[in-house]
Amino acid sequence: MASTTKVPPQRQIAPDLTSDGQRMGGSELRGRSRSAAVGVAQNALPAETGIWVAVAAISMSFASLISALIVRQGVAPDWLHFQLPRMLYLNTAILLASSVTLEICRHEFDLRPDFNGEESRGDEAAARAFPWLCATMALGLFFVLGQVMAWRDLAAKGLFLSSSPSSSFFYVLTALHGLHLLGGVAGLAYVLYRFRPNADPQQRGVLGVASVYWHFMDGLWVFLLVILAART
Amino acid sequence: MSSPEPAVHHHGPPQSFIRKYIFSLDHKVIGKQYYGLALIAVLAGLILSWLMRIHLGWQAAAIPLLGKLSPTGAPGNVMTPDYYLSLMTMHATLMIFFVLTTAPFAAFGNYLLPIQVGAEDMAFPRFNMMSFWVTFVAFVVLILSFFVGDGPPLAGWTSYAPLSSVGGVAGPGQGTGQTLWAVSIAIFCIGQLLGSLNFITTTLDLRTKGMSLARMPLSTWGWFVTSVIALLAFAALLPACVLLILDRTAGTSFFSSAGLVVNDQVLPHSGGSPLLWQHLFWFFGHPEVYIAILPGFGIISTVLPAFARKRILSSRAVIGCMVSIGFLSYMVWGHHMFVSGMNPFSAVLFSLPTLIITIPATIMVLLWLGTLYGARMRYTASALFSVGFISVFITGGLSGFFLAQPSLDTYLHATYFVVAHFHFVMALAAMFGIFAGTYFWFPKMFGRMMNETLGKWHFWLTFIGVYCVFMPMHYLGLAGNVRRYAAFTDNYLAPLIPLHRFISISAFFVGAAQLIFFFNLFWSRFWGAKATDNPWEATTLEWSTTSPPPFDNFGGRHLVVYHGPEEYGVDSDTLEYVMQTAPEQIKTT
Repeated sequence: MASTTKVPPQRQIAPDLTSDGQRMGGSELRGRSRSAAVGVAQNALPAETGIWVAVAAISMSFASLISALIVRQGVAPDWLHFQLPRMLYLNTAILLASSVTLEICRHEFDLRPDFNGEESRGDEAAARAFPWLCATMALGLFFVLGQVMAWRDLAAKGLFLSSSPSSSFFYVLTALHGLHLLGGVAGLAYVLYRFRPNADPQQRGVLGVASVYWHFMDGLWVFLLVILAART
Repeated sequence: MSSPEPAVHHHGPPQSFIRKYIFSLDHKVIGKQYYGLALIAVLAGLILSWLMRIHLGWQAAAIPLLGKLSPTGAPGNVMTPDYYLSLMTMHATLMIFFVLTTAPFAAFGNYLLPIQVGAEDMAFPRFNMMSFWVTFVAFVVLILSFFVGDGPPLAGWTSYAPLSSVGGVAGPGQGTGQTLWAVSIAIFCIGQLLGSLNFITTTLDLRTKGMSLARMPLSTWGWFVTSVIALLAFAALLPACVLLILDRTAGTSFFSSAGLVVNDQVLPHSGGSPLLWQHLFWFFGHPEVYIAILPGFGIISTVLPAFARKRILSSRAVIGCMVSIGFLSYMVWGHHMFVSGMNPFSAVLFSLPTLIITIPATIMVLLWLGTLYGARMRYTASALFSVGFISVFITGGLSGFFLAQPSLDTYLHATYFVVAHFHFVMALAAMFGIFAGTYFWFPKMFGRMMNETLGKWHFWLTFIGVYCVFMPMHYLGLAGNVRRYAAFTDNYLAPLIPLHRFISISAFFVGAAQLIFFFNLFWSRFWGAKATDNPWEATTLEWSTTSPPPFDNFGGRHLVVYHGPEEYGVDSDTLEYVMQTAPEQIKTT
């Protein structure tokens, strides 16, 4: 190896460059503990970026299914048209309501001046937000339960998974959406588990991430419903 | 995917064996685990290719123990045509998914991406751990198919419907084996989705101070672009696998057409579209080719300048080429389906972007060659494999021009010409990238140097050997030898048998040459010379820490980046190269 002048193996970084608060890691982060928060995006949860990446992937998956649905309908004479169970519209209302309760929860969780002009305490904010979070989760579970009832409704009419490609896509799309929604319920349960008396910014971040996912699931369902209503 | 990780999670290095080496959250351990999985898979894939080559060279040859593995597939140790197809399917599936995706992308990416951007770990360490173990489960499920039912599936790695969708009636391995295949690939998708999620978020969020996107090493760019491709590609394949599994197990008719009579049985399916599977599969399948090769582009673009001791001609152009290749990779899937009966006009529409994609690829090749021009090259094993990468990539790329044109592809489709093309441009190029990366980063990963003499022998024997294996396949294809045939059924194929024997012997030779690599890998792991922190005098962040790096990568230091990733051959009195972390001002020439 043609050797050249060696660079000193490691330079000490000037202290003023490291005293950069959160970004360079607080004092508790030195030593052997490590933090994922050190980086370019200051004060940001990586999950705030990650959730959008997940949204992109899930959108791609459903786009793939919808394109399959359109192609499959186009090539085949065996496409059976049927009326969607009425239950679905009630379910849709339930899901939309859950988005509203989640937004109320987020609003309550914000620290804001009370009527005396003093900043409210974190534990009060958490206490106010708690029932709304529970309500959101309950509505989510009701939605999934309603979807199962819609399935039973269809099955009672003799439309099963393999009856027709239209019913196949109906079951597949609703099942996959339902599974993703249950993932959202699990996410909210995680938020609940991390609810602490002091509503620190990070908890609000976690709640924000969960709500991005929740609203996405909500919008995705409305989109799927339109597709299913138009196609089946 | 919804449960977010806390931003600040304090965890010291784990003490117990299980948390340290098995269910580890450390991206470095996970990277090594992926590398180990790829080693096991590549060994299995290599042995399968040997079995196939024995059969193609000497049709009546009895292979010891093969009858033990599959009494029906190889009665009297001679493989049946069906079993040949099964071995081929498993060779391709293992190699493409569990070697070419895991080694260059998941293994090196996991180990190096966080270090190269100056992070202490991935953004979501738990997802990262799950990513590996989910992939491992997928591997186990796939291997299981050797031991259940009629053996592994025989529908090829593309698993075209309706052969793949109608179940056991379609032939041996098409029962349980094919179901296991579909389940395995679906699980694999989940694993890679979790991995991509981590790669993208880590690159966007966890870069250290001063590490702008333009200062990221090109290898990191390679992994980043790959992870974006992988995120969308595997997200598209996952539901396709679900539909395939339903066709096979629940009696739906997504892909199985009506009125099928298979092995004298009328099948109950109604009106499914086999072409739909091809579209869904190749919408994933073509980007998958770039998932295999893009990390190689990045690795080569990082390794070459380090040994050429000069900057790559234009790193911005390389980044632009990688991004545009990633984008175009989604617009060309139809070129795998020119003879599927699709509308000839759509064939032209797919042909055009396929030819356009050669433009960024050619620009990149010219940039690498231009970087070599006038360089005082340090020919280490890693550098040799980098140059070899350029060679096999050009060779494979040239045959791509022919296949991209529907009129020529109609003749060449599903012949050995295609086998030669994709082995050169994807398999060999990616393998050479893996080797270049291994020789380059082994000192960092294990703190010991690999043996250079053995490495050079490994390179030359492999390089000569692979050309002997795959170059003649072009002629086989032009002579009309259809691929996937286990026997030479027509008279016009008989004169090709000696060429097949030559290829087989070359394949044994190449495989044997890999033993040098395996020996070097394991010997150096324990008895290699101790590596310094920066043995190659390279500049990126991983060389600013110890070899191997401590648990948190930089020993509690938070690095600040001042320079681009390839300040080699700088015009300075004291320094020939400048680390990314070095605060000196340098004169840029």
